[in-house]
Amino acid sequence: MGRIKKYTRRAFIVSSAAVAGGVAFGVYMSKKPLENPLKPEAGAVTLNPYLIIDQEGVTIIAPRAEMGQGVQSMLAALVAEELDVAWEDVRVLHGPAAQAYYNGELITGHAEYEDGKRSAWQEFVRDAMDVVPKTLGLQVTGGSTATIDAFEKMRLAGATAREALKLAAAERLTGPLRTENGQVIGADGSAIAYAELAEAAAKIAPPEDVILRPSSEWKYLGRDMPRVDMVAKSTGTAQYGADVRLEGMKFATVRINPHLGGGMKSYDASTAEKMAGVERVIDLGNGIAVVASNTWLAFQAADAVDIDWEDAPYPATTDGLFAAIEKTLDEAPNSTLRDEGDTSLIPEGATEISAEYRVPYLAHATMEPMNATALFTGDALEIWCGNQAPLVLADKAADAAGLSADQVTVHTLFMGGGFGRRAEADVAILAAKVAKAMPDVPVKVMWSREEDMRHDFYRPAAIARMKGAVKDGEAVVFDARIAAPSVTKQSMSRIMGFAPPGPDPAHVEGAANQPYDIANYRVAGHLADVDVPVGFWRSVGNSFNGFFHESFIDELAHAAGADPLQFRFDHIAPLSPPTAKLLAAVRDMSGWTGKTPDGIGRGVAVTWSFGTPVAQVIEVANSDDGIRITKAWIACDVGTALDPRNIRAQMEGGMIYGLSAAMHGEITFANGEVEQENFPDYDALRMGTAPVTEVQVLENNPHMGGVGEPGTPPSMPALANALFDLTGKRARELPLSKLFDFAG
Amino acid sequence: MAYSVIVNGQRFDVDLPGDVPLLWVLRDELGLSGTKYGCGVSACGACTVHMDGEAVRSCQVALEDVAGEVTTIEGIGTPDALDVLQKAWVAHQVAQCGYCQSGQIMQAAVLLAANNAPSDAEIDEAMSGNLCRCGTYGRIRAAIKTAASEMRGE
Repeated sequence: MGRIKKYTRRAFIVSSAAVAGGVAFGVYMSKKPLENPLKPEAGAVTLNPYLIIDQEGVTIIAPRAEMGQGVQSMLAALVAEELDVAWEDVRVLHGPAAQAYYNGELITGHAEYEDGKRSAWQEFVRDAMDVVPKTLGLQVTGGSTATIDAFEKMRLAGATAREALKLAAAERLTGPLRTENGQVIGADGSAIAYAELAEAAAKIAPPEDVILRPSSEWKYLGRDMPRVDMVAKSTGTAQYGADVRLEGMKFATVRINPHLGGGMKSYDASTAEKMAGVERVIDLGNGIAVVASNTWLAFQAADAVDIDWEDAPYPATTDGLFAAIEKTLDEAPNSTLRDEGDTSLIPEGATEISAEYRVPYLAHATMEPMNATALFTGDALEIWCGNQAPLVLADKAADAAGLSADQVTVHTLFMGGGFGRRAEADVAILAAKVAKAMPDVPVKVMWSREEDMRHDFYRPAAIARMKGAVKDGEAVVFDARIAAPSVTKQSMSRIMGFAPPGPDPAHVEGAANQPYDIANYRVAGHLADVDVPVGFWRSVGNSFNGFFHESFIDELAHAAGADPLQFRFDHIAPLSPPTAKLLAAVRDMSGWTGKTPDGIGRGVAVTWSFGTPVAQVIEVANSDDGIRITKAWIACDVGTALDPRNIRAQMEGGMIYGLSAAMHGEITFANGEVEQENFPDYDALRMGTAPVTEVQVLENNPHMGGVGEPGTPPSMPALANALFDLTGKRARELPLSKLFDFAG
Repeated sequence: MAYSVIVNGQRFDVDLPGDVPLLWVLRDELGLSGTKYGCGVSACGACTVHMDGEAVRSCQVALEDVAGEVTTIEGIGTPDALDVLQKAWVAHQVAQCGYCQSGQIMQAAVLLAANNAPSDAEIDEAMSGNLCRCGTYGRIRAAIKTAASEMRGE
């Protein structure tokens, strides 16, 4: 045990980004400070890109988009902690799209379980890579990175502003000065509000030597903070993209070719054009838009447009798509990012098992269907929508409207769910095209649920061929060959116009980078060239690899005659003590004994994703109506828990998102079209079918990890393993509703 | 043809075809955007409003069939004057993306109006038509219980 790892994810990320952006150029550019994009109105002052102070108080810019993960509150707390402002006085805005808000963590990547052993070379690469998103302008909310990226820079923004305000106060107060509740206070107790000092502070060169407060002095961080969006979201007053309302605005919808990527041969809108409230039908090339006086009237008219579509550029049926994916298993792999020992030999006396797993395409199905509002005025375009990548959106919408990116203004609103779907620019591109056809008229383009479900960038379908062997209660061989279309290659092609060459680490994440100590361990990734649009779905590759890896580990444990929880513990403890502690935690929380009474089943799974290990135990039970998921126990380790209540919410929500997909989620194709249309055929867990859940947040991980996605990957295998315990039937295919009778 | 509807105690004359669903009257015509569009087929509950005190899916009620007084999320409380359920929602920090929560609160309000001490099974029964893709069910349940306890004067 304890062999040299060949896992080299960061080196590969470097090579792809080097092609994309040019590291040398990036280093040069990054030495210039990025321009503060805030242009406050008269009477207000900005001290840095994260802060506006006016007579009414302090506004913090939290430049990551709120899709439910609580990021705006978290980022605001980082600034507020150092700035010494009362939490209830803080206002929070998303702010403009700007390079200053680049996400460095997005490309440098998360800590791996073996991070303590990170080499000097890796450290160098990590620092050098930090400049790439800055120069590419990657203001992106995704990859469970926002808090890790902001942890230092937004606390520094608060601390330097505080020190500048103190310097501004020094002429008027006698020191030593301290700060509290938005005021600088002198030795004699007299106080001056920040609002009165801001203008003077803005003229002072910000001090460069501020020291961040140690965690022992934190007032906000590390505590359960009330979210700044909670009252608005409990009163119907939070404004989502779908709620934008502008003077003279029209209501539109789109019908795009359901053969995804295909064009339009012809259409007949003569009936639709005569329908109530309809103003116009617009040719979008690959579909049409109907502009009307009311969204529902637009929906009805869009249904009445008779359209002759071109065919899909991919196999027309689910079986055809799986055959195309399966074929790549006979070809050379794209990557072998884990390759230890020799998995081709089965040690003498070992028991060999093999299995094939399959998972379907999945839709994001955000609660708020896709939408964007746009106003084109000849030389400018404004777009209002919830989105995870405003600069990419501006760039793509500009192309669609025949403008340059600096002529486009993106307003980022609350998202009614994102899950990766709102990282895509398609919604803004369509809105830009509609707006360009309607100059000087703001148009809200609202998709129907059916249009949303049938025009997603899906979580790819995937196939895994697994082989393993156990001997003396221990796994001695683990060999995985994983085939799927590549999210990385497709999404990078959409954003940059070409796909990065070389191995795709995201394709095997969740399988190649798990902290199991197995002597002969190989994970190969095979990329299928299939043109069904695929994209980032909560936890991305981990969403299928977690299921493959942790289901097969369960099979190995049973083949070894071992308790599945103890088996995991024994193989993980030598490599990642924090992860092993999570298994001990869920064992204690659930009262795991390895034995379950008749009619009850329990399963366990543990995954490491986005820098955060998560263990889950799921309990299922027979009932008169079918099988129920009754209970769940989650233990996670984020290193430093900055807002424990919000972390618990994300862990539980991430798990429910995964359980929903595992039970019900399946996107299938017939005649080149997606067959599912709406929630009745793409359902999710509901109040009566969701488990009672307990979450524990530990802090043994030496690095801070993400929280938005890591709850999803272990949920699917934990449920399948619980169903095996209950029924003796091993689920190697999802969704589970095809194999088991669940209570509704 | 013009229809007359009473929403949150106020009368509105609406000039739209009679088959336009109440949801799209509220959102596009009256600018009451707290009521959300999620599915249009009565499968998610995001558009739940009250019609004479009953919870209805506003995507399924045609304008011409609106009978009695309509109450939307805007009509039960405001940020400065929260209703008992809204207070409980804030206390339990229920919302994540928040898009479904107007409908959840409107559904829960009807449950509690009829039964101020609901069991878990009764909560499941009343709330299972309301989808939440963020998975906030545990906190919704806890908030309903807190609001119920408040209503009982405990």
